[in-house]
Amino acid sequence: MRKKQCVAMLLAGGQGSRLGILTKKVAKPAVSFGGKYRIIDFALSNCNNSGIDTVGVLTQYKPLILNSYIGIGSAWDLDRQHGGVYVLPPFVKEQGGQWYKGTADAICQNINFIDQFNPAYVLVLSGDHIYKMDYSEMIEFHEQKNADATIAVIEVPWSEANRFGIMNTDENQQITEFAEKPQEPQSNLASMGIYVFNWSLLREKLLEDQKEASSTHDFGKDVIPKLLREKYQLFAYPFTGYWKDVGTVESFWEANMDLLDEQSPLGLYDSGWRIYSVNPTRPPHYLAASSKAKNCIISEGCMILGEVENSVIFPDVYIGAGAQVKDSILMTGAQLKENVIVEKAIIGHRTVLENNTVVAAKKKDGKQDILVVASEIVIPPHSKVEANIKA
Amino acid sequence: MELMGIINLNEPEEYLGELTRERPFAAVPFAGRYRLIDFTLSNMVNSGITSVGIFVQHNYRSLMDHLRSGKEWDLARKRGGLFILPPAYSRFPLQVHRGDVNNFHANLDYISKSAPKYVLISGANMITNLDYREALAFHQSQGADITILYAEMMQPKEDCLQTHILVMDDEGVVSNMVEYDGEAEPQKMSLGMFIMEKRVLVELINSCISQGDYDFIKHCIIKNCDKLKIYGYCHQGYVAPIVSLQSYFRHTMNLLKPEVWKELFFKSGLIYTKVKDEPPSKYTDNAQVVNSLVAGGCHIEGKVENSILFRGVKVHPGASIKNSIVMQKGEIGPQVSLENVICDKDVHITIGKHLKGEGSYPLVIKKGWVI
Repeated sequence: MRKKQCVAMLLAGGQGSRLGILTKKVAKPAVSFGGKYRIIDFALSNCNNSGIDTVGVLTQYKPLILNSYIGIGSAWDLDRQHGGVYVLPPFVKEQGGQWYKGTADAICQNINFIDQFNPAYVLVLSGDHIYKMDYSEMIEFHEQKNADATIAVIEVPWSEANRFGIMNTDENQQITEFAEKPQEPQSNLASMGIYVFNWSLLREKLLEDQKEASSTHDFGKDVIPKLLREKYQLFAYPFTGYWKDVGTVESFWEANMDLLDEQSPLGLYDSGWRIYSVNPTRPPHYLAASSKAKNCIISEGCMILGEVENSVIFPDVYIGAGAQVKDSILMTGAQLKENVIVEKAIIGHRTVLENNTVVAAKKKDGKQDILVVASEIVIPPHSKVEANIKA
Repeated sequence: MELMGIINLNEPEEYLGELTRERPFAAVPFAGRYRLIDFTLSNMVNSGITSVGIFVQHNYRSLMDHLRSGKEWDLARKRGGLFILPPAYSRFPLQVHRGDVNNFHANLDYISKSAPKYVLISGANMITNLDYREALAFHQSQGADITILYAEMMQPKEDCLQTHILVMDDEGVVSNMVEYDGEAEPQKMSLGMFIMEKRVLVELINSCISQGDYDFIKHCIIKNCDKLKIYGYCHQGYVAPIVSLQSYFRHTMNLLKPEVWKELFFKSGLIYTKVKDEPPSKYTDNAQVVNSLVAGGCHIEGKVENSILFRGVKVHPGASIKNSIVMQKGEIGPQVSLENVICDKDVHITIGKHLKGEGSYPLVIKKGWVI
């Protein structure tokens, strides 16, 4: 068997409960994003663009859509003879099986998978962040520093630092201390949940961690602190580009709106670092004579007769005559009939809003909440929707 | 599936002038993100056909690049799938290549070795969305030797160049195929699509070759109209024959009618093409786009009216595009105005240029030009 330099392990089992209605039927990495993508597309595309061709995707929560979406990985050019993409759900063993109890446990249960490739490094990723990153540069950094493990970090505003796992480093970028959600942060370098480990070391430490009854088997809470306690060389790899954890409805909505910014730091239009996704096979979208489209992104197969502003429109959306869409996200196949008004809302896929429906939260002190309308439902004509609709 | 497909790319390349100078007819970009061949190929696949052979003519690099393994049409298969059949060149130099029957003859092995019993032969110049299974069922129930698909339509003369009109009796039996004579009444226009048993095709080709004949329609079909039981099958639906630059332009503009858009892209199946992984198209605050089709990856800051933009087109502020087609990766500079223009791929129109063609004679800008 040929040896792989690096195998990526993508943690995609999270429920993303704070996304509420959006993750009712799918795991967080499979949530649709940015007009044609799913959140996991970013990590998978980064892998391909970074030259990493072996990716294990660890799934657990409601994996059906995620599994069928990933398929054999051809959308990301990860259908390979040697390597490629592997979906790795929890499985039954001789002594019974177990769910993945934590991020580290998920990797530990798949030691055999990684051993097949005998890699020098294992790259641990999470499937729920929006960013573009060249992992090969991080691995190079890891090699240069002769590190045992490297953690990618990003500067966050000081005021928010207490929400993250914070790294304290010395002048040589070596990590001296790791504090999970500290009350009084001493640095604003937050962990991005991206780790490079020397596989032989990680393998050993995972097996040790497995035996510790008090461990929660989590990288941030258990494995990293353990490595620091045992005086291993951990380095912080500074990342400066756009990175967003879309863990809440607000941050999900914001990350979508960030794409509308002309100076969008994510740079979806950069053909040198394409974000790949499963393509929908739809014709070009049609903007009728009565339509108006301003500051928005629109995907293929849409038919637009009404007005769209500051919005993200997924494939196959229909916006009828007289309809007005503002500051919103319309998922695949949403149907807005005549004179529908949608303001600051997320409309689930294939949901139908019949004529003259209004979807907008009441403004309080000039502020407006984001409304979420679930997928595959029909809202009768002349409805006034002012709260989330679950089903 | 008991039907296999053969796409016989025998369209004269001068049909589309500048657009076919450096690419085969079947690879001409159409409808914002497709090539002409995508329609025939997708119709076949959507009809359950899993084995398709394509007779290519010279200069087929761009077609190969487009089709590759056939994966996008689900035709990268272990059994059957997509076969690109290169032209039959003579072993003796300077011998003139006269017609398409030679191509059939050179590939008879491929045809007779394929598993299906029936064969569907089609060109790539009839843009439509249809299910061949209905035509095959008709062929079988009539006990026909050959079934020719046709559409009943009123077409302007320029659409009927090189197309054949069926002469049929009330029973639907075809007695002859003639050139269009300009009569102003609905015509039974042949779609250039034929269904027959493979056995019949092999016999026709062999007898044609032995008599020194060379043209499939003229010598295999028309010459045998009185000997074989040939039926016409009427295809009800929108058909766009692409036979000239004018018809190409007019039928592209017809896509701006929502009913045509819906029928052509969704009626009996989706139309597949090579994917480019473009992001969704971006409209800025200055964008003014009406009655237009826009494919993925465009960035629009100007005015676009009654036009078709292919994938990855950039329209700068102050630019105005009217009744025009801008193909893949075109860049339309600030203050440019275009009217009745077809920009081939990778064209860059720099700041302030005004270009104008006529509705009946669009101005074509050659691939890759900077103006």
